[in-house]
Amino acid sequence: MSNVKSLRCRECGSDYPVEPQYVCDFCFGPLEVSYDYDAVARVISRERITKGPLTMWRYHDLLPVDAEMALDMNTGFTPLIRAKNLGRLLGLNNLYIKNDSVNPTFSFKDRVVSVASAKALEFEFDTLACASTGNLAGSVSAHGAKAGMPTMVFFPSDLERGKILGAGIYGATLVAVDGTYDQVNRLCSELADNHRWAFVNINMRPFYSEGSKTLAYEVAEQLGWRAPDACVVPGASGSLFTKIYKGLNELADLGLIDSAAHTKMHIAQAEGCSPIVTAYDEDTPHVRPVTPDTIAKSLAIGNPADGFYSIQTIERSGGSAVAAPEDEVVEGIQLLAETEGIFTETAGGVVISGLRKLAQSGKIRPDDLTVAYITGNGLKTQEVVEPIIDPVFTTPAYDDFMTNMAAREERNGKNNG
Amino acid sequence: MVRIMAKRRVRFTFPEQLITEPLIYNLGRNFEIITNIRRANVQERVGWVVLELEGDEDEIDRGLEWMTEAGVRVDPIIGDLIEG
Repeated sequence: MSNVKSLRCRECGSDYPVEPQYVCDFCFGPLEVSYDYDAVARVISRERITKGPLTMWRYHDLLPVDAEMALDMNTGFTPLIRAKNLGRLLGLNNLYIKNDSVNPTFSFKDRVVSVASAKALEFEFDTLACASTGNLAGSVSAHGAKAGMPTMVFFPSDLERGKILGAGIYGATLVAVDGTYDQVNRLCSELADNHRWAFVNINMRPFYSEGSKTLAYEVAEQLGWRAPDACVVPGASGSLFTKIYKGLNELADLGLIDSAAHTKMHIAQAEGCSPIVTAYDEDTPHVRPVTPDTIAKSLAIGNPADGFYSIQTIERSGGSAVAAPEDEVVEGIQLLAETEGIFTETAGGVVISGLRKLAQSGKIRPDDLTVAYITGNGLKTQEVVEPIIDPVFTTPAYDDFMTNMAAREERNGKNNG
Repeated sequence: MVRIMAKRRVRFTFPEQLITEPLIYNLGRNFEIITNIRRANVQERVGWVVLELEGDEDEIDRGLEWMTEAGVRVDPIIGDLIEG
């Protein structure tokens, strides 16, 4: 049995039964899963967790799904890597990278979709669905295939072909909507209200977002059951950011780690879509929607659902919000690849570029145990790094190779000089 | 003819220069729409209102178009639905 007590409104605190509902009928506030933590405390222990599968489902006591209903595609328990090279460059002596780009569909979305699709099966929905421009579409399609559920993926029709491919290969029905972004939003919202379709990020949202907490649990366990001093997390809707903090605090409340009171939460957005950073800079909890204009497409959410709660998380943890300049996103990708051998997508570039700014400004101190979350794989956004790839062209002749190589070194020398 | 009444939940975000305008009142006067406010926050520089609109489906569409043209941002109540 799962340990879920109810769905609770984050605004007015009203409780609702555990059903596919996402908005409070009274105040229209968002609903969140509420647990019976006494029941969790009676069963959970470090030992029980370490005996579980080497996937995110080892933490099923803290997820809103019955263990036997888990849809386990081997998501999670991704590597936490000590980043000595990058740390040296940034002046951080205790830097770790949580490399979540190695999940089954190469992004952290597998965590949230894993929970949402298991819940969709439990609620006996006809169809799994989402509105997405990339990572989420791929993950929902793969989970739909695994669950044997028909799957529908909605996106604006001007989306790049490569991104559609990553969802279509799993056999999902792709729906290219001839309309603006807002019109696609509207259509999906109406469909979620009127069909027995589980839109993972709409009517399944309270369950879906709980999957992100496993990124906190894993990091704490991999650090030897302790919370980091600083977390740097990419910010789109803000859900991942708030749930990582929730996860750390749950572990502390259950006595599985000492405390999460010292953990400062830093959110990184791309400058071209940084409504949470703007609210933080202006010292207001109210996030004003923007029209995104950024190369970090997976973070291009102009009206973040959890913007307000992200600002709360920053305040409570003593963290901050940082914007990565658009022209430093690719630099961030390159920096991580060249120092740690990890190829991330644009969202990861935003995190590394943001991390550099946080280190330079002293918001993260040299000895802080810092974890930077890398949530997506670089193979998904290859086009943005294309211009920096510069092979040496040569004939098979030894002399030619030496000449061309020297020419390139001279060229690079000039560029660097 | 039986008219089907629809309900739609939306969030209006007002830019600074429109905060003092009685736009929701005018929405109810200019269109056959019942406005039912559930949550709001209005400050000096930014204001938002979460509300339910009730009326004929097409009339709600026309009303929302008018609000958008007036400079108000209209969104679904849980924010953007399309994720990357």
